[in-house]
Amino acid sequence: MAAFEPVLLRNRGVEGSTTLKVYESRGGYQAVRKALKQTPDEIVAEVKKANLRGRGGAGFPAGVKWGFLPKDRKKTLLCVNGDESEPPTFCNRVLMEHDPHQLIEGTIIAAYAVQAQTVYIYLRGEFHEQFHIVQKAVDQAYAAGYLGKKIFGSDFSIEMYLHRGAGAYVCGEETGLIESLEGKRGWPRIKPPFPAIEGAFRLPTVVNNVETLSCVPHIIERGADWFTGIGPAHSAGPKLFCISGPVKRPGCYEGAMDITVRELIEREDMGGGMIDGKHVKAVFPGGCSMGILSADELDMKLDFDDPRNFGLLGLGTAAAVVIPHDMDMRVVLRNMARFYGTESCGQCTQCREGTAWMHKIATRIAADAGRPEDLDVLLETARNMGMMPGLSICGLPDGATFPIETTVKKFRSELEEYILAQPKGRAEYLLRVLN
Amino acid sequence: MSWKAIDRNQPVIEKDAAPVLSEAVREKIRSFFPRYETKRAVLLPALHIVQNTLGYISWQAMAEIAEILEIHPADVMNTTSFYTHFWTHPKGEKVVTVCRSISCEAMGGAKMLDTIKKELGIDEHGTTKDGRYSLVTEECLAGCDHAPCLLINEKMHKCVKAEDIPTLLADVDNNKLSMPRSDLFDPPSEKQAASATMQDSVVGTTSDVSEMREAE
Repeated sequence: MAAFEPVLLRNRGVEGSTTLKVYESRGGYQAVRKALKQTPDEIVAEVKKANLRGRGGAGFPAGVKWGFLPKDRKKTLLCVNGDESEPPTFCNRVLMEHDPHQLIEGTIIAAYAVQAQTVYIYLRGEFHEQFHIVQKAVDQAYAAGYLGKKIFGSDFSIEMYLHRGAGAYVCGEETGLIESLEGKRGWPRIKPPFPAIEGAFRLPTVVNNVETLSCVPHIIERGADWFTGIGPAHSAGPKLFCISGPVKRPGCYEGAMDITVRELIEREDMGGGMIDGKHVKAVFPGGCSMGILSADELDMKLDFDDPRNFGLLGLGTAAAVVIPHDMDMRVVLRNMARFYGTESCGQCTQCREGTAWMHKIATRIAADAGRPEDLDVLLETARNMGMMPGLSICGLPDGATFPIETTVKKFRSELEEYILAQPKGRAEYLLRVLN
Repeated sequence: MSWKAIDRNQPVIEKDAAPVLSEAVREKIRSFFPRYETKRAVLLPALHIVQNTLGYISWQAMAEIAEILEIHPADVMNTTSFYTHFWTHPKGEKVVTVCRSISCEAMGGAKMLDTIKKELGIDEHGTTKDGRYSLVTEECLAGCDHAPCLLINEKMHKCVKAEDIPTLLADVDNNKLSMPRSDLFDPPSEKQAASATMQDSVVGTTSDVSEMREAE
């Protein structure tokens, strides 16, 4: 196989890659000039043809999303979703840190395609360094006349503002993000109406992920056929994969969506294998919300469709974390349950109560105070929340269900062994202390 | 113990208390109005600015923000309490935010957190007696490739080893960023404060781009 030529990360490692000057010297801001000579509909059609599926987790085609906007709209908003909070995902961070102008260029093209004159880049509150980098890049673009009134000599004007969150996972959900943008709690809204019809400030709003928008300039520049030529037909285009945990080269790598989890961990130009003679016990292949893979399922393809064959929710953010053989699965279970217990926004009863109980149960299992029936209680709780059974507003509880359910199902014997090995009477004692 | 008893007999907001937000801060908050469709949407930027100015968001400050944005104080409190980054009581000079997500936990994050707790002598959400450090945990800082990681104010420290913690915490510059900062959410500078008193409008509080112009 020929070596993959990085597209999204082509400027990583280049000195001064965050500055406008270096970005332009490497062919930047040419795609937007080309795009402004076309009609907005042509750009939407091109992105639709490229089948650019959303990189934020759901994999919904971006061009189709743009097509949902009402034809007779007066004002449109575009929100860039930079609220990357899913552990262990950091590809958006890498993109913003090394190539903020690529994001800005993609955003301008997308804004022109949907005729949005106001753009908000929603950054999560933890992104401090990234905020300074992106804000600097926006200022540079304004100073160069690439943002503001009548950009590049066309009739199109655009204002771009950064909006900072303040620490809430649920604000990465598109309607949660919109609520947060409006100055409210990040409580997701009931859909429909979808944001394309009625979003922020009750205006038609498009919400796209940072990585999705970073792909747009390359689609315009090289054409949809180039994009669909990369990887399998249903999962076209370059994708960023994150790998973390005890591997030799943790980091963010770019590739086509035809690699397996095993390749991501072991390839010399990616993860590079495990450190210190550790071996893989389990992997969360697509962000923790998608669920867990056991060591004998590593041949799963990292594309939008294959994860479902392994009982996972989907590809998610394609960020893998490796669980080494010496890590206690009870600790993994507790970590997962705590994450969702803390980050549930508290709006829907099933999610608020369910994640809190899963956290309590996982905590007591990890503290040697589990009961044999606890694993079934976990599964029962997981079955009774989420958008899929129609019991909650957003997908957060579905994301909470999958890691818990897959961990319990795939590592049941190990968890049961721990529970049976507990000192007698300790569970009864600790249950009173813990609950 | 990090909890402190509050005297419930004292009113939360003193009657006839002097305003805590200066005119310059108010002007900076108002300068965000053109960015959004509604005044309420300026709430998050306003909370960031107020926290960066006062160190935390007091009840009095919430009431004053409500007045500027023309919303009910309960709305401000409602939003403030939802977001974990906003402090409603004084915090230390530097806030240590420790990541405890799965990648950091797999790479020894728990040990790192325990060392910090021991070194500072405080628990989560606590503040040291000298007011230098506060300690909080966060679910994921998106620095998984550099696990375990932590933030000291705005500065991210990567691949932190437990044995390096004492040196790291003793370093006075451990919160200094190596990149140019944007002052968008910072307290108003003296220049802006002066212009606010002169009733000039403070527009476009973005960071300066003069160095870029000079470079060209």
